Amino acid sequence: MRLIEYRDAINEALAEEIERDENVFLLGEEVAQYNGAYKVTRGLWDRYGDKRVIDAPISEAGFIGMGIGASMLGLRPVMELMFWSFAYVAFDQMINNAACVRYMSGGLIHCPIVVRGPANGGTSVGATHSHTPENFVANVPGLKVVSPATAYDAKGLMKSAIRDNDPVYVMENTLLYGEKGEVPEEEYLVPIGSADIKREGSDISLIAHGRCVITCLKAAEILASEHGINAEVVDLRSIRPLDEETILSSVKKTNRAVLVDENKPFCGVSAQICTLIQEQAFDYLDAPILRVNTIDAPAIYSPPMEIEQLPTVKRIIEKVLAIA
Amino acid sequence: MASTIASTPSSSSEAEINRSLTADDKIKLFEQMTRIRRFEQASLKSYNSGKMGGFLHLYIGQESVAVGTISLMQENDHVITAYRDHGHALAVGMGMNECMAELYGKATGCSKGKGGSMHYFAPDKNYWGGHGIVAGQTPLGAGLAFALKYKGLKGCAMCYLGDGAVNQGAYHESLNLAALWSLPVIYVIENNGYSMGTSQKRSSAYQTCLAQRAESYDMEWDLVNGEDMYEVRAKTHIAMERARNECRPAILEIQTYRYQGHSVADANHKKYRSPEEIERYKKHHDPISLWQQCLFDEGVLTEERAKEIDKSAKDEAAAAVKFAEESPFPTVEDITKDVYWEVDNDTERGRTGRHFFN
Ligand SMILES: Cc1ncc(C[n+]2csc(CCOP(=O)(O)OP(=O)(O)O)c2C)c(N)n1
Ligand SMILES: [Mg+2]
Repeated sequence: MRLIEYRDAINEALAEEIERDENVFLLGEEVAQYNGAYKVTRGLWDRYGDKRVIDAPISEAGFIGMGIGASMLGLRPVMELMFWSFAYVAFDQMINNAACVRYMSGGLIHCPIVVRGPANGGTSVGATHSHTPENFVANVPGLKVVSPATAYDAKGLMKSAIRDNDPVYVMENTLLYGEKGEVPEEEYLVPIGSADIKREGSDISLIAHGRCVITCLKAAEILASEHGINAEVVDLRSIRPLDEETILSSVKKTNRAVLVDENKPFCGVSAQICTLIQEQAFDYLDAPILRVNTIDAPAIYSPPMEIEQLPTVKRIIEKVLAIA
Repeated sequence: MASTIASTPSSSSEAEINRSLTADDKIKLFEQMTRIRRFEQASLKSYNSGKMGGFLHLYIGQESVAVGTISLMQENDHVITAYRDHGHALAVGMGMNECMAELYGKATGCSKGKGGSMHYFAPDKNYWGGHGIVAGQTPLGAGLAFALKYKGLKGCAMCYLGDGAVNQGAYHESLNLAALWSLPVIYVIENNGYSMGTSQKRSSAYQTCLAQRAESYDMEWDLVNGEDMYEVRAKTHIAMERARNECRPAILEIQTYRYQGHSVADANHKKYRSPEEIERYKKHHDPISLWQQCLFDEGVLTEERAKEIDKSAKDEAAAAVKFAEESPFPTVEDITKDVYWEVDNDTERGRTGRHFFN
């Protein structure tokens, strides 16, 4: 199968959906003439023009709120955030309006909007540019949040997000944009709310999302070659809705779990997964559930220290060895 | 500023949009304002007897703004407002029953009891709420206009906000986008002189009026005397036609006054403004009395007919109270409905993965 970059996989998803549905348009800072701050939208303005690919001023509350209003009237905006960290100036729109308007109208309105962009640390841009708000978003009923780890999932989830009739917030990763992965030529979708086993194993479940899936896969190789431990890697792909079955059946098989995510530990996504496992698979556990998170402080700038702050292969292996 | 309101009707009555009004049209405007007032008076009574929760922000005193502007709506025009939303709701044609039931938190309410006073919606009537966050609706208003333009429809969005909302960043961002992208949106500032207990003078920096800030966005604006129905209609019509035909936004500042406190729970409202001020407005600047007098003077309305209209508005409101009281509350099962479209519609997507974590 052909190998393409994660960014290009998203680019293909956007192009295909623009062509499929005339109500789909892209809007964000530098998405059109500049070709995207991370080149995710490269070439799309040339191909589809001003109506479908629109450069916005630096005005996230304004343009995301505008997109939400437009989606109430039937358009399907795909909004780019240069960084998810910048969503914080637009959170009122993204939560009070996008997430609540359906409910407060007793189901009369819905907002088929996608907000997408990178949400990750690890690029030495300091605390203001390194947030991973998937746990905040997942806390809000009415919103959906996905976090693809591979090019294949990035494309398939993006297409599903655009076709979804509820607001879907897609959290990408600048460190993955250049990663190549297998992506078929023919059209496909990855359903939102379904996890994926990225590596089969029998001894322990490593449960992760986003780039941490890649870190877990590296850890699993070392665990196999150096420690004789066969780890299974579960990629959540979607945080809300959550594929509980895949998580639970993995844990019921391996009887051990280490949860890995880039959130800070307090109320991070892994905290929710931990609750789920202890509530529904307690009797299957042979050891406590352990977690590997980002070290609990604002993102440090210092490049070598930032690597340590984020979940590392080393910390994952340490936790696994503590219980397996 | 609200205190500059003059009570004499302007030459706006001669504007084409007003000259084309039939006697029935004029009476209808009177009837709508009367219905809004009687509805709210009835809701106030119910609120005070403990039948409702939360806040109740009454529109009493401001009726001419919603009724006058909304009377100009055409097929592809849309309305969105803040939490003081009962007047706009009735003006776009929502029924008293569903509106009253919503205040009671009943399943028969316009939002099935899930929105409350501040969150009325009727998308079938191009009414997009009902928004509780001050100025939170202003980007949405730009979005409605954006969607109209995108779809090539000739229409406009009217986005209402208070004089206290004009200092929010989201509003300024919306103004910039509306002007930058030539969106057919009209921001209607309903200037009632106060944001809660803070007078306009104590909250806003401005030259002659709040709408004038439009100039810095290269946008049209106008100042409107809200107690004059003809002026409200004439000036709003100009802005709407400009929006529909030229896709250009505007700010209208309509001077008005609220008689009640900020919400019914506002015990201070005779402290931050004088009782005399309130009395003066009620006596000399009441939009319903002024319009009624105008219609008497024109020989369009008789005292008898006015009384009939008032009585039937009162009866309608009383019936709405009865309807609300007799309606059922939503159930515990209803709490998790109307959250996700895909779940409500039982689609494949709605059945994939867990959506609720109870
Ligand atoms: C973001 C935000 N801040 C504060 C409030 C609380 N609040 C509700 S209404 C209001 C006053 C707004 O006054 P104005 O915009 O003039 O509208 P009016 O009540 O006069 O119609 C305040 C402070 C809120 N709802 N939202
Ligand atoms: Mg006010």
